[in-house]
Amino acid sequence: MIQLLNTLLIGITAGSIYSLMAIAMVLVWRSTRVVNFAQAGMALLSTYFGYEVIQLTHSYWIALPVAMLAGAVVASAIELIIMRLLLKHSSQGAIASIAPIIATLGLLGLIKSVIGYFWGNQDLSLESPLSNVGFTLGSDTLAISPLKLFIIIAVAFLVLTLSFIFQKTNLGLALRASAYSPEISRLAGIKVDLVRTIGWALAGAAGGAAGMLQTANGTGTLSPDSLEFSLLLAFGFIAAVIGGLDSLVGAVIGALVLGLVLAFVLTYIGGSLVFITAFVLLLVILLIRPGGIISQKAGRRA
Amino acid sequence: MSLIIENLTVDHGAIRAINDVSFTVKKGELAALIGANGAGKTTLLRTLSGLNKPTHGKATWSATNLLHSKPEMLVRHGVSHVSEGKSVIPELTVEENLEIGALWRSNKKEMQQSKKTILDLFPRLGERLEQRADTLSGGERQMLALGRSLMSKPELLLLDEPSLGLAPLVVEQIFQSIRELTKSMGITILLVEQNAMGALKIADVGIVLNLGTIAVTGAAESLIADPAVRAAYLGY
Repeated sequence: MIQLLNTLLIGITAGSIYSLMAIAMVLVWRSTRVVNFAQAGMALLSTYFGYEVIQLTHSYWIALPVAMLAGAVVASAIELIIMRLLLKHSSQGAIASIAPIIATLGLLGLIKSVIGYFWGNQDLSLESPLSNVGFTLGSDTLAISPLKLFIIIAVAFLVLTLSFIFQKTNLGLALRASAYSPEISRLAGIKVDLVRTIGWALAGAAGGAAGMLQTANGTGTLSPDSLEFSLLLAFGFIAAVIGGLDSLVGAVIGALVLGLVLAFVLTYIGGSLVFITAFVLLLVILLIRPGGIISQKAGRRA
Repeated sequence: MSLIIENLTVDHGAIRAINDVSFTVKKGELAALIGANGAGKTTLLRTLSGLNKPTHGKATWSATNLLHSKPEMLVRHGVSHVSEGKSVIPELTVEENLEIGALWRSNKKEMQQSKKTILDLFPRLGERLEQRADTLSGGERQMLALGRSLMSKPELLLLDEPSLGLAPLVVEQIFQSIRELTKSMGITILLVEQNAMGALKIADVGIVLNLGTIAVTGAAESLIADPAVRAAYLGY
């Protein structure tokens, strides 16, 4: 019984962090139709900025928003400097759909090299702001600690804030309209290019938050070749695809499903099957419901 | 204040779509631009709203240079384009489709006022505000596209084939609404139409485009009466 509860808790915590990464993928996909493999690098770079802030201020609580802001700035810069040029100059022919994706892969390598150059290749440690020792229930230890509780609450807050922006504000309406139909949006007077940059900025901030939370919850170390961030990218992408790649709600549901499935495999079958399960799940979804698990119609609403 | 087009030429790759076209539409006039499929009507309209790039020539609306401007900036100068095929965003609700036309003004109060004016004009839309635009009929979608465009309070309206795919009775309603816009709101309209007879009936002036050049221009009634125009473009 306690094992079942703990498995659920582990799955939800992991799923919430994946959901931020999945949201970042979805935001970029919706605004520019690019699958952004550089997202892991951008999140890593943001987390390094967070690390620097912790060195200066000794406060994770200041570092977290600063890392998100850094993520937004880095993402906007990439969209403004690289993606706009690329979309403009390779908009025709066979290369059009591939060039931006290949560019994001190149960018991933570039960002890692830049990090290695400035911070070195050794592990840096980022101290967790809260205890990650589980609460106890009688004689049992639960898989939920003050830190994990904070992660779940923080992610829920960010997701609700984003969904408020998308559903209730003029900016959100402009973001949705530009994603569905850039041409009609332009004709209606929306500055679609600016809106795209904002979409990337929001994605960068979500990625920065994912990086900071994952590092605190995981090994607590940072390095340019961090396996943790590669997994974050892979799981975030898989979650986004499960959710249909086009929907924020889908991304969150996809991430929670993935987190829970992986937690159950880890507890009841074995750790060696976790990665295989994630990719099998991706294949199964692509084979059965290539549009994602929630319907396209409902999905594109939010 | 008028729409002045001088020696406009537009190329699509190696193909010359518009060749040295000049004409003027006076303020408050409804001009019908007619011609066969492939005559370059849509290309001309897309060039005027900044969606296509011209090769050379001039086009101005009062003090605004229409060429080399982005469509989103032209909207701010009173130029609005309703593109071909019910220019609405199917995934958004009727209300959201209206609102996107006024987002650039970032003035909530003005937006509400414009919305009210448009719902008085098209009450059918008012009954469907919360519905997704793709649940509307063809005629309602065209009304919504017009309504969205009016939300930006245009002075010059570029309309591309509003009758496309609509039943004859609905076409008549839409054409009547378009006519009323010119008369009651003082909006200048350049209307591109395949349905030449319907368009000329509501228009003040007609411009006939043939293979990228102007074949005939004149008052709408005189074009309807012209035997050559009747034979070539009105089909009888």
